[in-house]
Formats: sequence, structure tokens, C-alpha cells
Amino acid sequence: MKALRMERRPTRFVAAYLASTFGSGRGAGVGPLRLGDGPSPRDLGPGWTPVTPLLAGICGSDLATVDGRASRSFESIVSFPFIPGHEIVALAERAGIDAHGQAFEAGTRIAIQPVLGCAARGLALCRFCQAGEVGRCGNLAHGHLRPGLQTGYCADTGGGWSDGPLMAHQSQIFVVPEVLTDDEAVMVEPMACALHAALRCPIDVTDTVAVIGAGTLGLGVIGALNFLSDAYGLARPHKIIVGAKYSHQQRSAKDLGATDVVEPKQLDRAVRAAVHAGSMGFSGHLGELSGGANVTFDCVGSADSIAQALRITAPGGRIVLVGMPGKISVDLAPLWRREIELIGAYAYGVEQLGDVSIPTFDLAFEFVVAKGLGNLVSARYPIDRFEEALAHAGQAGSRGATKIVFESSRSTKHRKDDA
Amino acid sequence: MSPRPGFVLETDRSTPPTLMWNGEKFGLQQLPTGSRIVYAPEPFDALNDPEGAIRDALNHPTGESEPLHALLHAGMKLTICFDDISLPLPPMVAPDIRQMVIEAVLDQAAAAGVDDVVLIAALALHRRMTEPELRHALGNRVYDAFAPNGQLLQHDAEDPENLLFIGETPHGEEVEINKRAAESDLLVYVNINLVAMDGGHKSVATGLASYRSLRHHHNPKTMTHSKSFMHAPSSELHSANWRMGRLIKDSGIKIFQIETTLNTDTFPSNFSFLQKREWEWTLRDRAAYAASSSALSLAPTKLARNILQGIRAPHALRSVYAGEVEAVHEKILEDVWAQQGVRVEGQTDIVTMGLPYISPYNVNSILNPILVACLGLGYFFNMYRGKPVVREGGVAIMFHPTQPEFHPGHHPSYIDFFEQVLTQTTDPEVMHKEFEEAFATDPWYIHLYRTGHAYHGVHPFYMWYWCSHAMEHLGRVIIVGGDPKSVRRMGFHPASTLDDALEMAKDVVGPSPTLTHLHNPPLFMADVQ
Ligand SMILES: [Zn+2]
Ligand SMILES: [Zn+2]
Repeated sequence: MKALRMERRPTRFVAAYLASTFGSGRGAGVGPLRLGDGPSPRDLGPGWTPVTPLLAGICGSDLATVDGRASRSFESIVSFPFIPGHEIVALAERAGIDAHGQAFEAGTRIAIQPVLGCAARGLALCRFCQAGEVGRCGNLAHGHLRPGLQTGYCADTGGGWSDGPLMAHQSQIFVVPEVLTDDEAVMVEPMACALHAALRCPIDVTDTVAVIGAGTLGLGVIGALNFLSDAYGLARPHKIIVGAKYSHQQRSAKDLGATDVVEPKQLDRAVRAAVHAGSMGFSGHLGELSGGANVTFDCVGSADSIAQALRITAPGGRIVLVGMPGKISVDLAPLWRREIELIGAYAYGVEQLGDVSIPTFDLAFEFVVAKGLGNLVSARYPIDRFEEALAHAGQAGSRGATKIVFESSRSTKHRKDDA
Repeated sequence: MSPRPGFVLETDRSTPPTLMWNGEKFGLQQLPTGSRIVYAPEPFDALNDPEGAIRDALNHPTGESEPLHALLHAGMKLTICFDDISLPLPPMVAPDIRQMVIEAVLDQAAAAGVDDVVLIAALALHRRMTEPELRHALGNRVYDAFAPNGQLLQHDAEDPENLLFIGETPHGEEVEINKRAAESDLLVYVNINLVAMDGGHKSVATGLASYRSLRHHHNPKTMTHSKSFMHAPSSELHSANWRMGRLIKDSGIKIFQIETTLNTDTFPSNFSFLQKREWEWTLRDRAAYAASSSALSLAPTKLARNILQGIRAPHALRSVYAGEVEAVHEKILEDVWAQQGVRVEGQTDIVTMGLPYISPYNVNSILNPILVACLGLGYFFNMYRGKPVVREGGVAIMFHPTQPEFHPGHHPSYIDFFEQVLTQTTDPEVMHKEFEEAFATDPWYIHLYRTGHAYHGVHPFYMWYWCSHAMEHLGRVIIVGGDPKSVRRMGFHPASTLDDALEMAKDVVGPSPTLTHLHNPPLFMADVQ
């Protein structure tokens, strides 16, 4: 089976890290990622179905891994060699049962909810898995599978960056509604992350929301805030102010419902003006604002973005960390003095919308269709051209792109009924 | 020997290249053969005895007014207001004319036994002056006598405690001015008339007013109906100020107006070639030009800016009148026109202007893109009487780097105006309706205006409104050497050379356009026949 595999070879991680200083995604050529033939994953037993990827996305955490920049905190919850790729739309090779307990036929198009929680590991469900909050599962290294927080980080399951098959557990399988294109379906996993992040802290109609970064997750959060008020009657924030670097990102942010879109370095000034705050200093230079956004979504996760979030979030406000941070150095004195809450937002589970509780993935199917998010897929590459694909993904913003995906020849670009 | 009047040169093949200002630099630019270059009149001679002239003006007032000494008596409340850092340009060598006039007024006040004297810088919505700037304008003696006791104030248009509502004009314009000035037994106003729009009722009605009051004439409608605002009878801005001034007078506020004109001796001797006609440059001028232009073009912008902002003009007092506001101002306008008027025959298709480093709003500061637009389209374009130098639908070509650079302490709201307003609209009417109020009432800008050295939050809007007559009149505005992104954001067109600009202009005005270059500064007013 042809696949891109990550091997545990420390020298290669170092080489990748060095190469990536010349640009994100550059680690692909020299790093621990290798394209080649190898064994298909073994059958993992009852509840598991072999599936073949149609499209598999490249996300920021993948690039960090390829470039050797990923946090060491993941070391105990990955197992080598693994095949990356956790944003997957695939075809089932056999009939099976999905996460809702419904039967599906061979050839059915599915989206994979990649977390490998207690159910996939054959364990009694922990309290998080019982509540459907699989992202919070603490058993990611236990059970009959080797460690792996998600498909795409586990040596046993295979991953999306391959010809397939890979193994998907019943708890991971969501049948893709016919109406979705493949592009829309591959956006379901990242958009589920965005929805989950948007729901991580309550929002009021009088709130000013700031969004730092307008890549896939930033755009997703902006769209999610609007979708949740359009479709589920949640409060629409008074303002959504977005710092977006590139013009296509600025346009998409507007289209998805941002009220104000500015260049990232202007975000402080835009938030200040919107909330009629001042600066803590006396000069015209803005430092920390005297007030600020009620909620800031940091969709970058760098030292600079977190520092900016701390400057522009109102005292008593909240920062949701959506972009994956690593080991960084940030002055937290403003967090302390301003009594800001820093909230992590990872993956998905079950969302509570008033009286309704709904799996994030099911919500994401509606979301990607309602907001036409298949448009965020900017380019498709076969895995043979992985170096190009990863370089493109690493420079997506500056190259006018948002989401880069790997494709198999079986994927189509059309809606089923148009074809 | 009296100085030579202004002059319009028609270029031919023997005409040397002309000096072209370009922000913190200048160079020599060959204009197409057959272009016209308008040169300012040469500076009038200085008065021999300025102190004597000032005393004489105070003792022999103009119009219906008693002499100053007759208006002063022990126990009275006297307030002396003076023009701020925006005048003159460049700042003049010490002693500043304000110092000379105020010392003369204080002499008479002391002789009359007046104790309650307060000085107020008439800032309107400009930035507060710094201590060195105040010391320069007033001299150390005056500064040290008044500042430590809190008797030297800067007008605060956002201090409700210290504003007094006077009433409304027949046009419904609210008049609200500085309370101390309004409640004094006598308000002495000390003015410098650098251009024809300064002075008269504008001194008090604008310089000491609040935003509530100013918005009635500082708006796009008034500015498009001021053609030009340098020519009183055609200026709606002037009419509004005059209505307000008359209301102030009728309310019983007693004003003793002192207005002055300076000659146009603008540059010190090492830069004197800047105000000469190029074919008359001596060897020494050519050497000075070569040395300074190459030094400035090699210097980093910041250093070049420091060098140029350090220039002190050898301006000298040319005339002084004191007494009743309107009578004084009429005399002064005659003098301004005498010094600055140049007769220009007919309009042109294209007007060119080299924009220097300084405008009224960036003394000791940065000429940001909005001020670039205002200097060219607000000021230089409007320096006319009759018709604009350039015909309707014509093209203005300005030279300036137009870098997106702002002084954060002086122009904080300009940065937001550039990023948040000009990215949405360049239409003065639209921004007036949709954005002005939020900027004018923004508490941070108000705080910086009141406690720091920042222009009021609404000020960039005013600068843009200043341009509205030109923007309506012109078919295209081109900035040679301007940062393309900044230039386009303002709705103008960037060009890298004059030749490129002329090609672009031809799309608008046709294949063989006439061109007139305004050789400015020194300042002049075109009398277009
Ligand atoms: Zn991901
Ligand atoms: Zn679990």
C-alpha cells in the first residue's frame, strides 16, 4: 500500500526542524516523512471497517509534525511509524455500522471523526467518552491499539495520506449526506473543530468578538458564529472583528459574516475603536487596551498572537485558543492583572444547543453546506506530489489558498446529482 | 528698491530645470517646453522698527475701537489669545511675532494696573503645544511669568466646564467658545496672517470654539461651497465664521483684534536658493543646492526630517493693525494680497506642485498621507482668487513620497482614519455621515487631545473635507513618487516619473495639454483672470 509514513528518526526530525525555518512545509523533503509501499493496516476486529480515502486534508498540526515543530507533549500519545491524515472523506470497503448505530452499505461515503477514544480502544468508556466528549478522553495510549490521539497519529489504524485502506472504528464513522460534495465533506473535520471552538464560551448579543488569523480555523470560527445564530438562534455577537493578512482571507472573512476586517497589525486599533476603549499608556502608541473584546479567538497559536490576544481582550474577558500552540514564551502578567480566562479548544464531541444535544460532526455537515465551505479547498494533489502539496499548504496564505488536500483518483469535484 | 512682483515664466528650450519639492527631499525637474511656472513675489522688506509699529497700532486703532490703553483698567479681567503652532510656516526665528505683540500688550496692561491676565493658545482642535514650542512663540520672559501660575492655558474644546454657549446664528449655527475668554472684560487676540483664510472673525469663532460649534462650518458642504476659502467673498467658510463672529460681538464680548502680516522671507541663507528663480542662481546657490539636495537624498528620512523641521524662517513683520475685528482684517487682507498676489492669465489643463515637508498640521511632526492630500488639494489648490489655476476636469500632479507613516502621538486618529475609513470610502459626504461622529466622540482620542499632544479625533476628517472642492473640480490626481498603495487608497493615481504622470494625464485632458507649475513655497495667491 502506497502511503506517506512518519518514522521515529530523531536526526530526521532535527533536519526537518532546520529546513522548516526556511518555510513551513519545507521539512517534507528532508524530514521523517517518507513516501513508499508498505503493509496495509491489519484488521482490528469487530466494529472496524476498512475504508479508502477520497480526499485527506493537510492541517496546521500536520505541518508542525512534518516540520518537527510539534509539541513534545504529544510524544506519549502517538506511535511510530504512522500514516498522517486525519481530515478524511473515504469510501467504506465493506458494509458496517456507523456512530449512530445505523447500518451502511459497502461503497458508502463516510467522514471520519478521528479521535481514538475508549470505544475504539475496546475499553470501558471513561466519563468523557460516556458524555460524548471524546476529545477529552484520557485513554489515548491504552487498550488494544498502540498510542495515538487520532487516526493519523497511530501506528495501527493507517491514515488519510495513503491509497488506503485505513481502518475506521464504528465510533468514528459518520455517513456523509448525499448533498455534500467531496470538498465539503473533507472540510467537515476542521469545521467541526471551528464549531466546537465557537461553542467553547458563551456569547452575548452585546459582545465584541475578535478573531486573530483567517486561515481555515479562523474563517471557520467566523462562519460558525454566524451559522449558530442563523440556524440555532444563538446570540449573534454585536461585532466580529478579524485580523486577516491576505486579501483572499479578508474577502472570505467578510463573506462569512465578519463585521470588520483589518490587517493583523491593525487589529488592536480596530478593537479599540469598536469598544471605545483607550490604551493603558498615554502616548498614541497602543499597548494594552483599557477595555477590549469580550471574547478573542486566537486561531494562530503563536507567542505573538497570544500576546496580542492578551492586549486586546477586555479585563474579565476570555481568550479561546483555537490554533495549536507549542512551547512558546509569553508574558502572562496581563492575563493575571486583567483576570482573563484562557480557554483551550480542541477537537469535538457533543454540543449542547439549548435543549438539543448534537454530535459536532452532525452539526458540521449542516454548517459546511449552509456556508458553502467546500470553497475553502484551494488545491488537490496526488500523494506522489507530497512535497509540493506540503509546501503549498505551508504557504497557503501568501499563495492565495486556504485548505490543501490530497486526492485519490476516485474523488470527484461535483455534487452527486450534478454528475 | 521695492521687491519684484510675482512672475509667470513660459519655459523654452533654454530654461533651466525647476526646483521641485518632494517631501523631505527636493530635486531639479525639467518641465515640458511651453509650460508656465508661477513664481511668488519677492519678500517685502522688513519694517525698520517693528516694536514701534506694534505700539503705534495699539495706540491708533483701526475701525471703531478705542486705543488699547483706554480699554485697560485695574481690577479688570484680561485674556490674551494667540495663534498656535500651525503658524507661521516654517516657524520663524526668535523673537516670534507673537512674543513681540504680547510683550507690548502686557506692558500696557502693567501700566494700567491689570493683574488678572490669562494667556490662551487658540488651538481649536489642534494638538496642544509643547513647552519648547510655547517658549518659542511667547519668549521665556512671558512663559516664565505666566506658565508656573497656571495663567498660560491651551484652549480645550472638550472641557465642558470651560466652554460657554453664546447662542445660535440666524442660520442655526451654534456658537460655543472658551469660557474664560468669553467672560473677560477684554479679549485681545494676537494673530499671524500667513494666508488669506487666517484671521478676522475666524480667530475667535474657530480658534476658541468647541467641536459642537466647529462642525457647522467644518463639513463637506461648506468646503465644497468655498471657492476658494482663501478668497473671503467666495468662501462659505468665511461667511459662517463672520455670522458667528457677529453673534459673539452682539453678545457683548469685547474683542481687541491685533493682526499681523509677515513677509514671505521663508528660508534662511543656506537654503535661500529655495526661494529664488533658478536662472538667477549664483554659483553659491548652485553649490548650496548640490550640497543640500544630495545630503537630504542620502540621509535616512528621519534625519532629513529633523534637518528640515529645524529650519527657522527669517520671516519679518511687514504690517500690524489693531482694533475692531472686521476693519483690521480688511486692512490685513490688502497686505496679504499685496505680498502674495500673482496675476495668472487663464486656466491650465494640468497643474504641478512639489509638496514640501511641512504643512500647518505637522510642525515638528510627520506629513502623513492625509496631510499630503490636504497640503496639495486643500492648500495649494485653493491659493487662488477668481478661478482655480487648473480648469474643471483638469489634472493635478503632485510630487511627494506619500509613505504610510504617521506620528503616533500627534496624529493617532489619522492612523485609524487611514486604515478604517479610507479603506471603505474616499467620499467626504459618506464619511461625514457614517464615520465622523464615532471619531469625534471617541473617548481615547479625546483623552489624547486633552492630555497629550494629539490632534482631535475628528481632525483627519476636516483635512479630507478641505480637499473636497479640489476633488470635485479635478478629473484626476496623480502623485509622482508616491507609495502606490497609499496613493490608491486615497483615490489618486501613483506615477514614478513626471513623464509617466503626463502620459496618464493625457488620458483625461487630451493629447497636447497646457501645464502650469506652482513654484510654492514661498506662498503666493494666484489671481486667475
Ligand atoms: Zn487538523
Ligand atoms: Zn475515553
